[in-house]
Amino acid sequence: MSSRVMPYRGSLTSREQVAVYDFSWPAIIFIPLAALLIQIFIPVRVRYFPIIDLPLMVTIFFAVARRNPVTGCLTGCVIGLMQDLFAGPNHPLGMYGIALTCIGYLASSLGLKIDVENPGSRFLITYIFFVLHQGIYYGVAHGLLRQTQVWSWSHVAISALANAVIGLFVFALLDRFKQR
Amino acid sequence: MDTFLGRYKNLIVLAAILFAQIIGLALQVRRPSQVGETRLIRLWAISAVTPVEAAVVHTQTWVHRVWTNYAYLRGVRRENRELRAELERMKIEDARLSEDARMARRVQALLEFKQQYVENTVAAQVIGTSGSEQSRALYLDKGSKDGITTDMAVITPTGIVGKIVQVYPTSSQVLPINDQYSGVGVVLKDTRLQGILKGAQNGATTLQYIMSDEKVEPGEEVLTSGGDRIFPKGLPVGKVVSVEPGKDLFLNIRVVPSSRLDQLEEVLIVTKLTEKMPDAKDLAPIRAADILAERLPTVPTKPVADARGNPKPAGATVGTAAPVGSAATGTGAHPSATGTVSANKPGAGTATVPGAKPSGAVTSPRSTTGTIAGSNGASTPANAAGAKPLNSPGTGTTSSPKLKSTTPTTAAPPTNGAVSGATDTQAPANGDASTTPAKKVQSAPEQTPSANPDQPARPPATEQPQP
Repeated sequence: MSSRVMPYRGSLTSREQVAVYDFSWPAIIFIPLAALLIQIFIPVRVRYFPIIDLPLMVTIFFAVARRNPVTGCLTGCVIGLMQDLFAGPNHPLGMYGIALTCIGYLASSLGLKIDVENPGSRFLITYIFFVLHQGIYYGVAHGLLRQTQVWSWSHVAISALANAVIGLFVFALLDRFKQR
Repeated sequence: MDTFLGRYKNLIVLAAILFAQIIGLALQVRRPSQVGETRLIRLWAISAVTPVEAAVVHTQTWVHRVWTNYAYLRGVRRENRELRAELERMKIEDARLSEDARMARRVQALLEFKQQYVENTVAAQVIGTSGSEQSRALYLDKGSKDGITTDMAVITPTGIVGKIVQVYPTSSQVLPINDQYSGVGVVLKDTRLQGILKGAQNGATTLQYIMSDEKVEPGEEVLTSGGDRIFPKGLPVGKVVSVEPGKDLFLNIRVVPSSRLDQLEEVLIVTKLTEKMPDAKDLAPIRAADILAERLPTVPTKPVADARGNPKPAGATVGTAAPVGSAATGTGAHPSATGTVSANKPGAGTATVPGAKPSGAVTSPRSTTGTIAGSNGASTPANAAGAKPLNSPGTGTTSSPKLKSTTPTTAAPPTNGAVSGATDTQAPANGDASTTPAKKVQSAPEQTPSANPDQPARPPATEQPQP
């Protein structure tokens, strides 16, 4: 469970080598679980909390830290399916699963190319991936399931901004679980 | 081949995972879950998570209650005084409303309307949400072990919340009225227009299927109509905040729910509804003054003397048991009636008696005649004998909606001198009139020989000048 250094020719960072982190098994299991619990519990007390998507942040974090697209896919798939389980009686299993699978793959692929350690890039990738996540979810709901969904650019932009800001703190907290 | 798989391994894995999930989605769409059916994996997940949530919520609630009940008692005395004052006001209001309610129930019984009553409820605590903006579902800490089943109504004292859609052993899931998949049959309180309250993805609630040519004002209250067979009729739902012309000839009416759906903590699950006829027992008309008098300090009753001057036991009915067709005399008054008030409604001189109250106590809040009960219990009924009707064209008639009769009554002189004419004057406060408890008077209900069941009830007489 130690960190590895992986050379990658296509990296856009100034570094020639990017670090690949690992996590302990308890962290891999309990961090997503905790994120899900918080996600379904806090809105009882905090009205606007549902605009924050903690499972998405955890998916992005694990994907960019491990920098392995296959692992990112699987992590996103598992977290997304777990989120689907709690997402209401009329919510088919797989909608969040598909969205987070794609996000996990893209985030881990992006993690191979750019430096995702500094706050600026973290802010940007969280913002972009949130919008992308909403787009994929909308596409699945509207295109595959013919569900009535309302797309609001302003709402998505504000939610993405909130998630990007919160994401900075969440990523800083989760950095403590990285193993070098 | 190995080179191809190795080169595109990541994409192949991604495509495989996505394909598997899309197949799963397709299967769910082809076989939509029926009402009450729960996917096993969802059952496991929720059963595993909800105890943790319940523990957290209960701990938090306990700490909050300890703080609010013991540590944070500032301003309680002042609040107590205000609440007591409010309570007094509400008692007076209640006296007025209870009579209206009795009348409504009498009419319902008359028309054989069945009514739904909330018989049993189970208190539950909100322990979680769906955690997403796409669904507003809530989780409660009561499940099938507590007798919860699907399609039970979830309410709060301020209004309805939603209905149970999934039940697990120790928890259940609520579809609130502001969820986009929710629909509730509602009726506007004043205009009695019926529609369907639907939620939206953004949590707004709109009243649909009200035609554009109807007039709906903002501020009008919305109640359940009972048409959905989930919520009993008449529960508060919300209030209209905006009315705009919408598409397809329907109004676009926005409604704000009465319950704070985003700040719910405790709710009530309606576990048992009973449907029965309104209870018409014990609905003999009672004057508002009597209801009010029950809440006021009691004045000890004096022994009543008969015509020879012999005292009678207290509570004896004097001058009662006269048929409605004859003069009502003496009248029964509540023993504690203490110079209160009554009657400012039209119909003076006429006793409109829903339920055909026996004579001697011929009165009704809608037909009492501007008389004021004596301070020592001598009351003055609407058409007490000898009462000169002030302004009623239907002088001396007794309309009984319950019996569908209109019985002419004759004006006879008072028998025991308990004169309190049907005028707008006060009865004598010393009241040499007989003191007769109202219940005694009501205990002779068969004294309506001239009730004509074929004749429809007459509305209370309107006010007209007295010759």
